[in-house]
Amino acid sequence: MAYDAGDTANPFGGQPHPRIDGKAKVTGAARYGSDEPVANPAFAYLVTSSIAKGRVTGFQLDAARAVRGYIDILTHENINGEYHTPPPFGGKDGQTTTLESDQVWHDGQIVAVVLAETFEAAREAANKVVVNYAVEAPSATFDSPGTTTEPHKPQSGPDPKKGDAAGAFQGAAVKVDAQYYTPPQHHNPIELFATTCVWDGPHLTVYEGSQFMWGMKNALAKQLQTDPTNIRAVSRFVGGGFGSKGGTRPQTALCAIAARRLNRPVKLVATRDQGFTVATFRAETRQHVKLAASTDGKLVSFFHEGWEVTSRPSGYNVGGVDTTARMYACPNIATAVNVVHADRNTPGFQRAPAETPYMFGLECAMDELAYALAMDPIELRRINDTQVDPVSGLKFSSRSLMQCFDQAAARFGWKNRNPKPASMRDGDWLIGYGCATACYPTNIGPGAARLAITPDGKATIGLAAHEIGTGAYTTVAITVARTLGIPVESVTVNLGDSDLPPIPVAGGSNNAASTSHVAHKVCMEALTKIAAAAVAASDSPFHGADPATLKLEDGALKGPGNRSEPLQKAVGRLGGKLEVYAENIPKGLQPEAMANLYKGMPMMARGSGRKDFTTYAFGAQLVEVRVHERTREVRAPRVVSAFAAGNIINPLTAYSQLMGGAIWGLSAALHEATELDLTHARYMNDNLADYMVPVNADVPSVEIIMVPEHDEGVNPLGVKGIGEIGIVGMNAAVANAVFHATGKRIRDLPIRVEKLL
Amino acid sequence: MRPFTYDRAEDVTLAARAHTGQGQTDAPVQFLAGGTTLLDLMKLDVLRPDRVVDITPLKARHSEIEVTSAGLRLGALASMASVEDNPEVKRAFPAVAQSMALAASPQLRNMATLGGNVLQRTRCPYYRDPSWAECNKRKPGSGCAAIKGFNRQNAVLGVDDRCIAQYPGDFGVVLAAFGAEVEVAGPGGARRIPFHTLHRPAGQPHLEHSLQPGEVIIAFRIPGGATARRSLYLKVRDRQSYEFAIASAAVGLDLDGGVVKQARIGLGGMAYRPWRAEAAEAALVGKPLTEDSAHAAAEIALRGAVTHGHNDYKPELGRRTLVRALMQAAKMEA
Ligand SMILES: Cc1cc2nc3c(=O)[nH]c(=O)nc-3n(C[C@H](O)[C@H](O)[C@H](O)COP(=O)(O)OP(=O)(O)OC[C@H]3O[C@@H](n4cnc5c(N)ncnc54)[C@H](O)[C@@H]3O)c2cc1C
Repeated sequence: MAYDAGDTANPFGGQPHPRIDGKAKVTGAARYGSDEPVANPAFAYLVTSSIAKGRVTGFQLDAARAVRGYIDILTHENINGEYHTPPPFGGKDGQTTTLESDQVWHDGQIVAVVLAETFEAAREAANKVVVNYAVEAPSATFDSPGTTTEPHKPQSGPDPKKGDAAGAFQGAAVKVDAQYYTPPQHHNPIELFATTCVWDGPHLTVYEGSQFMWGMKNALAKQLQTDPTNIRAVSRFVGGGFGSKGGTRPQTALCAIAARRLNRPVKLVATRDQGFTVATFRAETRQHVKLAASTDGKLVSFFHEGWEVTSRPSGYNVGGVDTTARMYACPNIATAVNVVHADRNTPGFQRAPAETPYMFGLECAMDELAYALAMDPIELRRINDTQVDPVSGLKFSSRSLMQCFDQAAARFGWKNRNPKPASMRDGDWLIGYGCATACYPTNIGPGAARLAITPDGKATIGLAAHEIGTGAYTTVAITVARTLGIPVESVTVNLGDSDLPPIPVAGGSNNAASTSHVAHKVCMEALTKIAAAAVAASDSPFHGADPATLKLEDGALKGPGNRSEPLQKAVGRLGGKLEVYAENIPKGLQPEAMANLYKGMPMMARGSGRKDFTTYAFGAQLVEVRVHERTREVRAPRVVSAFAAGNIINPLTAYSQLMGGAIWGLSAALHEATELDLTHARYMNDNLADYMVPVNADVPSVEIIMVPEHDEGVNPLGVKGIGEIGIVGMNAAVANAVFHATGKRIRDLPIRVEKLL
Repeated sequence: MRPFTYDRAEDVTLAARAHTGQGQTDAPVQFLAGGTTLLDLMKLDVLRPDRVVDITPLKARHSEIEVTSAGLRLGALASMASVEDNPEVKRAFPAVAQSMALAASPQLRNMATLGGNVLQRTRCPYYRDPSWAECNKRKPGSGCAAIKGFNRQNAVLGVDDRCIAQYPGDFGVVLAAFGAEVEVAGPGGARRIPFHTLHRPAGQPHLEHSLQPGEVIIAFRIPGGATARRSLYLKVRDRQSYEFAIASAAVGLDLDGGVVKQARIGLGGMAYRPWRAEAAEAALVGKPLTEDSAHAAAEIALRGAVTHGHNDYKPELGRRTLVRALMQAAKMEA
């Protein structure tokens, strides 16, 4: 592992720390949504539509009712207005419905919920439910008859535009004009979408893997038309989310309604295949990229237009041109994004939602431009590197892109690359080297936390952050330990419970920045109290000193002149327990951001929306592929990626997160796609045997370099997110390597054998 | 899954009393060996047997691996893992060991038996999901959604307009190529049938095999010799491991100074049932094994392939796979 252990400028110490929740996870002590033991639960099993468009005209239930243990069924015929459509995430778009009416919007839509005494009986009965439909011909995807296309509504501000991109393109010396395609993909977290609901009078407790505790609490209150204070959402561990567990899914409220009707706890686990349609996915995109440069390689024109599939009522789109337009210095910029409505479930966030597909288009086009210029692709990026955001004119708070390329290239042995396509081989295998830029905006949100310190020198912090596998418990513990000057082992961290103070959705890679700042702040406020008490106390070595000169270090309160007092004593002076609640509102956000977070609406200071800087993390991803000269299988024996993402809180889990991202990027480039039956608009490979992801043998070597970067402009602790960036450049890096190996440019993913025959 | 009665057959005679349906994919009585096909399909609600007869007690007598000069005799209850790991099989018949080692995952190969392996069902997604109304294999006469639908993994050889399901297994391809025999025991006693008659040709897709009711497979016999020693199984797939073939070839060569005396060719990932390319074998005999003769054989092997869109790539990939396998086998030290 390559991390800079001697990085003294890192306020977190930069030391690797094993996960404090690791043992609980590997021993099974960590409880996930469906694990929660509840008294006498009934079991719910979803019935999902086998058509993508039409109406439910009726149900034949005799066979289902005859199953031993069958209790009841919820359908649109008997839900009686108890169920309300979940508010869409972000609050703007229309939504598909489930039991609100007889309408079927997409394949696999929930049309009924069967309740039974056991899981097995519920499944058997659900299998025996016959649903009658009035079927209409659905539209599956791009080019399917019946789709409608419209320009998207940009999230914040107009799409990036500057100068005269079309004019500059026309007159330019060297050009690339190409179309790219990325397929639909599904998150497939190993923890299935599972809900356990328990009522106690008007109070509902929901155990469900969620990336946004306070979002779920508030959204569910709207769906069930009750006050949010009646709802507690618990999700101490999430078995992977990748964006799929950020918004509210219909099954949660349906499970709650079932539990209320039966007056007993209900457990509902959607199956793997149902997970493809009862939650969101990454929609397929089409992209048109036009780049032009002068003969010295300097970009003179940038054009990027995207098309994204969404459901009929929703305008959801990721609009990745907001990022791609900021990557390289260019005087003329034009962008556009369109949504294509089809009879599909509504897409949603999936790791680096905007960057993953759109950087594929840009970074492939950059490689094509490098070939058109007869220039090394890394050099082309160097020539166009910029410390200034070309769209807004603001400085990047920091941008270490070329440091990443240089370190990754040295480690990889890029200099051994013969630039000529199809020129390198090992026996029957053609070898290709490819590279691409990775980037991810640095986002930070408000947050609140509660801290208790006891006179034995131990601290407990509580905040409704989310452990989605990234190591959140440990980064919070490190922050608290570091700020209070106590060992990590003396810190207890409570997360994943809406009874704790709110933290934004675990999305947009904001988690480390948002939680570390609020954890730091609550500890600093504790220090203020401890220091104030110390300077006022006659038995303290700091009696009469300036409290601002005191700090906590090595288990002691320390001050000028080597004066020191054990932490136990300094805390004990305040009573039996010191409790502090603090809120942190990052620079650039209004105070109402905190109130909104309490209402389940996350507001963030975003990478490209700030007034002071544009804030992004950057990386360079290099890959070696081998393509068999006859049968054209593509394998990737080697990946080297370097990232500069501010101060790393825990290099151990950061490495793992970045490596996971790189592996997913390989997967997306070579393996993953959700296949559609175009006539029926249905997903075909909705299981983990047929939805292809890499196995260990496909990823023999993935190396991660963390390039030190200290950025005081991005936020006080200099933390950029690393949750998503690892995936971003891989798609293009692999496609570029395949071109180098074979001379064949593949512009649609995944790159499978048949495209190279 | 639906309720069923579970029985155990302690020996072949008791197993033979099970009224398994004649050749039917969805017979109301099913033998349970490793369960890695059967239980999956029961959970998917595709197979709905009333009665499951566990034949794992037959392991005691029918899992031996015998390697003789005549060839291999492999007990049908042997696990895939035990064959893959057997040093004598590896030496005398590399293609057999490789067809195991390259299949599924170690966990599955520990559970799965040879008999269950050859009778595994197609991976056609329209067959494996009962929410699809059209599937002639699952519901006779209902149609075939794959022909007009998503058919990247579907077969191109031996198909008709009723079914384009692909036979997914690896071992069966070797058995077909090398002219194996199947030993079965049943109500009418023991008999041997040629392996190539075990799986039925297209026509009545819901009838999968030619076993009589109650017949249980107890062993496979695969003739040995020079083609067995110079044999290999080449598998092309979408990832490095744990994946079915999109194309595969089982080949065996008996070479005399570079000239082919005898050739064995089986194709996987291509066909409706385990596929032997006899005309291609014949085309090689008497010729030196060269790039050109291998190409000519591959042309013949894929002749008559019928594609349906997503699987248009298959004939070309099949040819290339076969050429690669033949060239590789020619280089073997045997
Ligand atoms: C994820 C996954 C990946 C896989 N990948 C591959 C692969 O790459 N290559 C490959 O070849 N296979 C692959 N398989 C298939 C696997 O090899 C088979 O499921 C397995 O070999 C079946 O053997 P079993 O003993 O478990 O059969 P069972 O499931 O017990 O039985 C299968 C069928 O055969 C019948 N049967 C079993 N034994 C006998 C007998 N002795 N006589 C008569 N009838 C019998 C049963 O009644 C049943 O109908 C994969 C399976 C899975 C689940």
